[in-house]
Amino acid sequence: MKLVTAIIKPFKLDEVREALSAIGVQGITVTEVKGFGRQKGHTELYRGAEYVVDFLPKVKIEAAIKSELLDQVIEAIEKSANTGKIGDGKIFVFDLEQVVRIRTGETGAEAL
Amino acid sequence: MKRLLSLIAISAALAFGGNALAQEKKADAPAAAPAAAASADAKPAEPAPAVPGAPAAAAPAAAPAAAPAPTPNKGDVAWLLTSTALVLLMSVPALALFYGGMVRSKNMLSVLMQVFVVFSLIVVLWCVYGYSLAFTEGNAYIGGLDRLFLNGTFDAAKGEFAMAATFSKNTPIPELLFVAFQATFAAITCALILGAFAERVKFSAVLLFMVIWFTFAYAPIAHMVWFWAGPDAYTDPKLVDGLNAKAGLIWQWGALDFAGGTVVHINAGVAGLIGAYLVGRRVGFGKEKMTPHNLPMTMIGASLLWFGWFGFNAGSALEANNFAVLAFMNTFLATACAVLSWIFFEWMFKGKPSMLGAASGAVAGLVAITPAAGNVGIPGAFAIGLIAGAVCLWGVSGLKKMLKVDDSLDVFGVHALGGILGAILTGVFNSPALGGPGFTADWVTGTVIKAADYSIVSQVITQAKAVGVTVIWTGIVAFIAYKIADLVIGLRVPEEEEREGLDITAHGESAYN
Repeated sequence: MKLVTAIIKPFKLDEVREALSAIGVQGITVTEVKGFGRQKGHTELYRGAEYVVDFLPKVKIEAAIKSELLDQVIEAIEKSANTGKIGDGKIFVFDLEQVVRIRTGETGAEAL
Repeated sequence: MKRLLSLIAISAALAFGGNALAQEKKADAPAAAPAAAASADAKPAEPAPAVPGAPAAAAPAAAPAAAPAPTPNKGDVAWLLTSTALVLLMSVPALALFYGGMVRSKNMLSVLMQVFVVFSLIVVLWCVYGYSLAFTEGNAYIGGLDRLFLNGTFDAAKGEFAMAATFSKNTPIPELLFVAFQATFAAITCALILGAFAERVKFSAVLLFMVIWFTFAYAPIAHMVWFWAGPDAYTDPKLVDGLNAKAGLIWQWGALDFAGGTVVHINAGVAGLIGAYLVGRRVGFGKEKMTPHNLPMTMIGASLLWFGWFGFNAGSALEANNFAVLAFMNTFLATACAVLSWIFFEWMFKGKPSMLGAASGAVAGLVAITPAAGNVGIPGAFAIGLIAGAVCLWGVSGLKKMLKVDDSLDVFGVHALGGILGAILTGVFNSPALGGPGFTADWVTGTVIKAADYSIVSQVITQAKAVGVTVIWTGIVAFIAYKIADLVIGLRVPEEEEREGLDITAHGESAYN
């Protein structure tokens, strides 16, 4: 099992969710986050005061999946979240040791 | 805090005691007021006309027994009642929202509270003694105590209302209406100062400072600029010198201030600057982000200020007449000009035209046109608005950096600077040669100065003198008042409380939940 974490542009969330549903991903967790990468921040000016905003708003999605789905998932996110411009985000993949469905107590791939 | 409360209690007790005494005294000598009002034997000639704030005490009561006293015009009364309510709107909520939107969310309620409570406090003080000090006859610097607790404005036994003068002969308004209108001016002036030391000042210290500053800076300056005997007293050229001598110092010089460039904006702006220095910078100033937390509120506040300012400026004509219309139009036009000029300069020099810039430009234009409102023509409104936008933009950026001061909401850069600019340019564009209406050169005949006799240079010098006196007077009084508040209470909250935010630490509530 794998845990796929992706940081994407907020307005791409719906497209990514649709792409993941289409290949059979059962659920994802979404968090609004801030961060910086190569895109850098921007400058805000309030009267005479200038502030550099380093952290830009992004969306983090997390999906726990069966290992065999990994390539498809990566491809789906890559395509749906792509704008071709700087700041499109990144995908991180982790090995996932265990999953438990709280309601039934199912574990492993059955719980996904 | 307890110390402050007991202070308030004591002063309240003293004040009420004083009033009781005043009442008794009045019973002893009921004829005193009319006698004093016999200023009808002196008449002036040379000062400026469009000075608002005609005192009521002296002029009306002097009507000789023969002719029936003129009654107020219902249109004038209706307009001034409306204007008074409009100026109230300028403080709460307009100024409160304008300022509140610019602070961090943890201090939102503290700003709203300070504006709300200071406004209320000054209205009360105005009715206790402020009006009397500002608008009754005294000397050239300060009025008397004839109108303590608005004593004598309404005679319950006879059911008679005292009358106040306007700028036209035989056109009185009820004195209580003038009291109410001017109360809103005093209150908003004090509330304006709050922006300079927002986000770190102690609430109780603010209240104590305001009592002192209002008493020793606002009341005298209002008296100096706006107190005169009123046009009805000027019946004979022989009386002119005597009557003029009874007016406020700056009025005697002939300085023009239609609605409060000196009295309101320079006065508050300079007091704010001194406060920003004495209270000190906010913790983290220059290092941490101190961005406005809600610019939509600032935009709403600025828009309501613009709306309410029609009462402030056009109301200052004291009548529903041509000068009210002129002031109205100028307030409209100059403000729009200042919005454009601010944002275009911002666009050119800083890259982007901003909402905060547009809102600030509107306020800058309103401030600058205030002394000029009924004193300049349409060309003056164009010029003053356009110049004010550019100059005040510099005031909140370049000048502010040079002053190295944390004037949180730019009370100095917008109000003092805009006020000075407006006061000086009033002297220029009042000239009939530049489309201005000129001023009344002879109150006995009501004759306006001839274009050929108008000297822009000498009028500008007069205006500059008025500005100078105001800056120095309010600067000194403010300095002393802050020092007293600092000694008695302490001006600043502790650093921990400042970091946590004044909403929770000073008022025990949060703006947003």
